[in-house]
Amino acid sequence: MNKFWIVLSHTYLSKLKTKSFIISTIIMMALILVLSNLSNLIDKFDSDEQEKVAVIDQTEGGLFDSYKNAVAGVNDDLSIISVQDEKEAEEMVSAEEIVGYLLIQKDKTLGFKGTYKANQISDSAVSNDLLLALTQLKGQITAKELNLTEQQIAQLNTPPAFDTIALQKNAKTEEDLNQARGLVYVLLFVIYFGVLMYATMIAMEVATEKTSRVMEILISSVPPVTQMFAKIMGVALLSLTQMILFFAVGYFSIKQNLTGMDEGFFSFFGFGSTDISTIIYAIIFALLGYFLYATLAACLGSVVSKIEDVQQMISPMTMLVVIAFMIAMFGLGNPSASYITITSFIPFFTPMIMFLRVGMLEVPFWEIAISIGVLILTIVLLGIIGAKIYRGGVLMYGSSKSLKSIKNALQLSKKN
Amino acid sequence: MVLHIKEVTKKFGDFTAVNKLDLTIPEKEMFGFLGGNGAGKTTTFRMILGLLDPTEGEVVWDGKKIDYTTSSMIGYLPEERGLYPKLKVRDQIVYLARLRGMNKRDALKELEYWLDRFMVPEYIDKRVEELSKGNQQKIQLIASMIHKPELLILDEPFSGLDPVNVEILKKAVIDLRDSGTTIVFSSHRMEHVEEMCEHLCIMHKGSPVVAGKLKEIKRSFGKKNVSIKADFDLSFLDHYAGVTKVKNTMEGKILQVTGEDVAESMLRDLVPRGFVRKFELEEPSLTDIFIEKVGAVYE
Repeated sequence: MNKFWIVLSHTYLSKLKTKSFIISTIIMMALILVLSNLSNLIDKFDSDEQEKVAVIDQTEGGLFDSYKNAVAGVNDDLSIISVQDEKEAEEMVSAEEIVGYLLIQKDKTLGFKGTYKANQISDSAVSNDLLLALTQLKGQITAKELNLTEQQIAQLNTPPAFDTIALQKNAKTEEDLNQARGLVYVLLFVIYFGVLMYATMIAMEVATEKTSRVMEILISSVPPVTQMFAKIMGVALLSLTQMILFFAVGYFSIKQNLTGMDEGFFSFFGFGSTDISTIIYAIIFALLGYFLYATLAACLGSVVSKIEDVQQMISPMTMLVVIAFMIAMFGLGNPSASYITITSFIPFFTPMIMFLRVGMLEVPFWEIAISIGVLILTIVLLGIIGAKIYRGGVLMYGSSKSLKSIKNALQLSKKN
Repeated sequence: MVLHIKEVTKKFGDFTAVNKLDLTIPEKEMFGFLGGNGAGKTTTFRMILGLLDPTEGEVVWDGKKIDYTTSSMIGYLPEERGLYPKLKVRDQIVYLARLRGMNKRDALKELEYWLDRFMVPEYIDKRVEELSKGNQQKIQLIASMIHKPELLILDEPFSGLDPVNVEILKKAVIDLRDSGTTIVFSSHRMEHVEEMCEHLCIMHKGSPVVAGKLKEIKRSFGKKNVSIKADFDLSFLDHYAGVTKVKNTMEGKILQVTGEDVAESMLRDLVPRGFVRKFELEEPSLTDIFIEKVGAVYE
């Protein structure tokens, strides 16, 4: 047991002190700071820029002033100027004085016809705002022509009431679901990156020890199994350290901006009312997922003999993680689909997909228990097989073709 | 604390790496393993250390199998040199020493002693990748014996070193033996084994060809070398009865003869022919035995 701690603390401390770890942690923290302040930053850059659009009114109805009011009501960052003919407008566009111009014409059947011309029509926000304003204007004019009262107009514009109610007890409401989706989305990303990054770190660590041939001294003094699990735990501690740093930075940064967060994008995604159980499940599934993939990565890392082969060797594992993540992403829109239910019990997918279900739906506890049980069983099984591969793999040098070398490694570690 | 290798065979699939090796390695002595590449030396060492399990037979030390409970009493210098390239010598050795059951303070003290002795105290804060190959080997040797093991296994300890460093390391290893460590080491260099080992074993393709006490091996080999320098033509000796090998030198010949009696009659034949400047009967060198037994020219 003592040696377990020596290997664990060595793995943890020596990784913690590496330049690459410190630099990548700082970069990630900076990234989190930027992301959590994103809405502020966007506001800052956007506010000083007013977009100008020219309007050529060919309806002879003197619509310009009322249209200008309508546009101001839709988006006050968009300013409208009046221009007489297209040629002048085109020159202004090429001189980049305006982003584009709108041609308003009379149309017999539709009332109005608007044509928006600009250098680039990829920015649909402007044309959408123009269309919205034009629609409002048309509504007003039509109402006036029909001699409708204010009240009648208001009635016409009020949408019907529409509610969605789940019949099942405990099922989450639509609003809850949207809230949960945001959190689950973010946490899925954290699990995905965490599992991939740290499992790769394990594989690299093992492969480095093996290729630098220090492994032979190590295994003559520490049992391979102890070594493997001490290393996995050491990197787990490292990942926790990193995660705690990231969350601390994120938490304080978000707290600072709390007033800015309460409105808009973030409150829609439910960051105000964070579900504690979702976060606890995220931690459980992230850890189990990490142990599963780290064990796998340690075995794979132990059979390569050149550091360049590591990426190739762990690519099937990477694929598994990516597939799990893709299924989870598709499942976000429809978490109760049967393929989600089925895949949530496949141990390699459980960490992400069962978490998705737990976060989005009310899953009976026994289902969670079964999936976690299967997951733990798989980890133990992989641990046992992995330790054997590891034991043989670290003594084996030569070409590393995945399946064959795993077989060789097993043979080498065989008793008798 | 005698190390017994009992009828050990190791097979990898159809390939037999070690075949029925049966050896007793006496304690507090240096035991030499000789053999070409692929002779099974490293496999034997790995079996002694318990890293590989023998297909048949067993290895016992002091009546027990070597496993991780005894690892603090055992030191190992693998043939493939390896240390963490990015780690400083201090961190590296302290880590490896702690894995062998030392505490940090003792490990540091010992490390300083050995670095001083090897005349490289300034390396303590250097990363291993910055050191030359020979110096890395010094560090590696320190790692294998810093905890004063009772059994030390050295796989090719002196390969790739300049003569000065070979002497320094040899002295360290001999001192360790004198302080009571049983040392097993393998080498391509016959003279190292001849100089340092009382017992030895020559392996060829997995099987022991010769094993036992150096003196007895030489005696039972029977053949001796006769080195002759004379003022007259010695070519008649090339076909002399009892001569098995002839090597011409600048001023004479070195002949391998089947026994002392051949040398005796040879001398009697030589004296009437003229002035003999040198006539010396020598024990066979280990190289002679090795070449004879393994049947291949080596080095």
